[in-house]
Amino acid sequence: MATPVLRWCCPGRRWVFAGIGGVSRHGRGVPTGSTSSGKRGQSSVAQQPLITAQKPRKGEREWAAVVGLEIHAQIASNSKLFSGSQVDFAAPPNSLVSFFDASLPGTLPVLNRRCVEAAVMTGLALDCHINRRSLFDRKHYFYADLPAGYQITQQRLPIAVNGSLVYSVCVGKRRSQMVTKTAGVKQIQLEQDSGKSLHDSLRSQTLIDLNRAGVGLLEVVLEPDMSCGEEAAAAIRELQLILQALGTSQANMAEGQLRVDANISVHNPGEPLGVRTEVKNLNSARFLAKAIDYEIQRQINELENGGKILNETRSFDYKLGCTVPMRDKEGKQDYRFMPEPNLPPLLLYDSESLPTGTDPQQVINIDQLREQLPELPRVTREKLVQQYGMLPEHSFALLNEVGLLEFFQNVIKETRAEPKKVTSWVLNTFLGFLKQQNLAVSESPVTPSALAELLDLLDRKAISSSAAKQVFQELWRSKGKTPAQIVAEKKLELMQDAEALEQLCRSTLEAHPQVVTDVKKGNPRAINKLIGLVRRATLGRADPTVIKEVLERQLSL
Amino acid sequence: MWTRRVWLGLRASAGGRRGFPSKADPQGSRRVTAELIEHLERLALVDFGSQEAVARLEKAIAFADRLRAVDTDGVEPMESVLEDRCLYLRSDNVVEGNCAEELLQNSHHVVEEYFVAPPACFGGEAAVF
Repeated sequence: MATPVLRWCCPGRRWVFAGIGGVSRHGRGVPTGSTSSGKRGQSSVAQQPLITAQKPRKGEREWAAVVGLEIHAQIASNSKLFSGSQVDFAAPPNSLVSFFDASLPGTLPVLNRRCVEAAVMTGLALDCHINRRSLFDRKHYFYADLPAGYQITQQRLPIAVNGSLVYSVCVGKRRSQMVTKTAGVKQIQLEQDSGKSLHDSLRSQTLIDLNRAGVGLLEVVLEPDMSCGEEAAAAIRELQLILQALGTSQANMAEGQLRVDANISVHNPGEPLGVRTEVKNLNSARFLAKAIDYEIQRQINELENGGKILNETRSFDYKLGCTVPMRDKEGKQDYRFMPEPNLPPLLLYDSESLPTGTDPQQVINIDQLREQLPELPRVTREKLVQQYGMLPEHSFALLNEVGLLEFFQNVIKETRAEPKKVTSWVLNTFLGFLKQQNLAVSESPVTPSALAELLDLLDRKAISSSAAKQVFQELWRSKGKTPAQIVAEKKLELMQDAEALEQLCRSTLEAHPQVVTDVKKGNPRAINKLIGLVRRATLGRADPTVIKEVLERQLSL
Repeated sequence: MWTRRVWLGLRASAGGRRGFPSKADPQGSRRVTAELIEHLERLALVDFGSQEAVARLEKAIAFADRLRAVDTDGVEPMESVLEDRCLYLRSDNVVEGNCAEELLQNSHHVVEEYFVAPPACFGGEAAVF
């Protein structure tokens, strides 16, 4: 395990033992992972209860946490990994099941080419070494949703190994800076998904739907290079974006296309790693960080109390907000791995080793797949920063919402306004409205053209920025109207007549001599009063900055 | 712990281990302990009901033991007789499925197009779904 000896938790956060009975309450492990600076000041000694801890501890202890992840991503393919039945999320129970999926005798696995390509592409995107030869194995265990009694996986020699996942976390007091981190990718393997069990507690029976049985999965194993829930969540998010960009998985956690198990342990910096627990069923992006942080804190509390951490499997209970031990297994699980006897080794080629005269359908060329790799999110972001001079955080925000980048690029195409203005409007105003009404970009009532037109008006100084906001609001509410129409209707055009503005300013100054005196006395707020008066006189059709300019000139300030 | 005594294809793999142990315990014990029987019964759902069955198992192990007469030091194990064959790659088309009715006929007990799992069928691993 490539873990440095001295490791601190995620930036700005120190794990501190904070009193007994410290079951992580919601106040502590805030889902957004924000730094709780209140923690640092907490004393740990005062409330030692009468439980006889073996080694009573005094003062604060530093803890470091180590988090590794196992991610299962459902491959986006038409048919399953070893059979020709369909892959679909919602279908009548057991309607997408072939004889092989139901593990009827006499059936054999036939490998789906698309799944292999998906695995190779993902491996390439994560900088892995692609094994030219990989093997399939059987992993045996008994469960009702696994009709064969074993899962076909790649335990001995997976398809890709030794890669890395680069991701970013927000740091700094206002979480505005982005810091790059790397998590090692131990391996990527192809394996079968199991069916679904539905527990009918009323009649205490279990109903089995095999639609999902045999669907291709990519298991991505991340090294324990992460140190808290926030880092883990950020890594997962980046992996999601990569898989989606590649098209190898839709990686939607809500639909079960991306499932995460975490391996968590804690230790004192400088000392060996602690016993780890496995936390399963982390299937919600929202609760992922929270669950991991809870477990870290639970382990710290346990150890500080003189207890021990058991090498066990736990599950995250969303309702209670805590991890609970899963039904204990009698002794360690023995999967009795054996080579899958029905499948020869999987051989992959590159341009050099490609055998001649073979059916192209039957060979996979890694170099060809590498050339066809779509642009990765990291590269897209870098390009945005370079091309439009935006901050890295902005590039992250643009890629974080489905369809937002496309929207942004369409606006850029059609408007003359500066990219920085466009970025600001898209990320602040546009996104703000979307979030307020919980809409997706595709559901936006404002089209890129409309926003482009609006920004053009602003750029030409035909309207003021406050007027522009009003127009935007109106655009949002009423479909079909163009910005120009709204401006005309509401009479929001800026006064173009400089002479008339000068006149208005002069007359305002004359009408309010007291305020003028205040300004000349040096009262900084008095000029705002004058600006307000002029604005009212112009019926809001003059830009406050221009008014200020004129007034200051006229007052010879 | 029984793992140290195992020398036949009863692989001890605790999840993360790569490959299968090729170096068996040279001592080779012929005794099959009650602990081992219990473990096997749980794993394989096989019932070693009688002492006779255990004896038969021990004889079978002894029979297979003769494999170790061959010196395989430095020889790469063959994992599959198919190792020289070509792994056929299927195109990603939907060509089967849609036979729920047929499949459900195989099951003793169904509820509305779902198979009903017998309550005993949850050995070993806890629910993962």
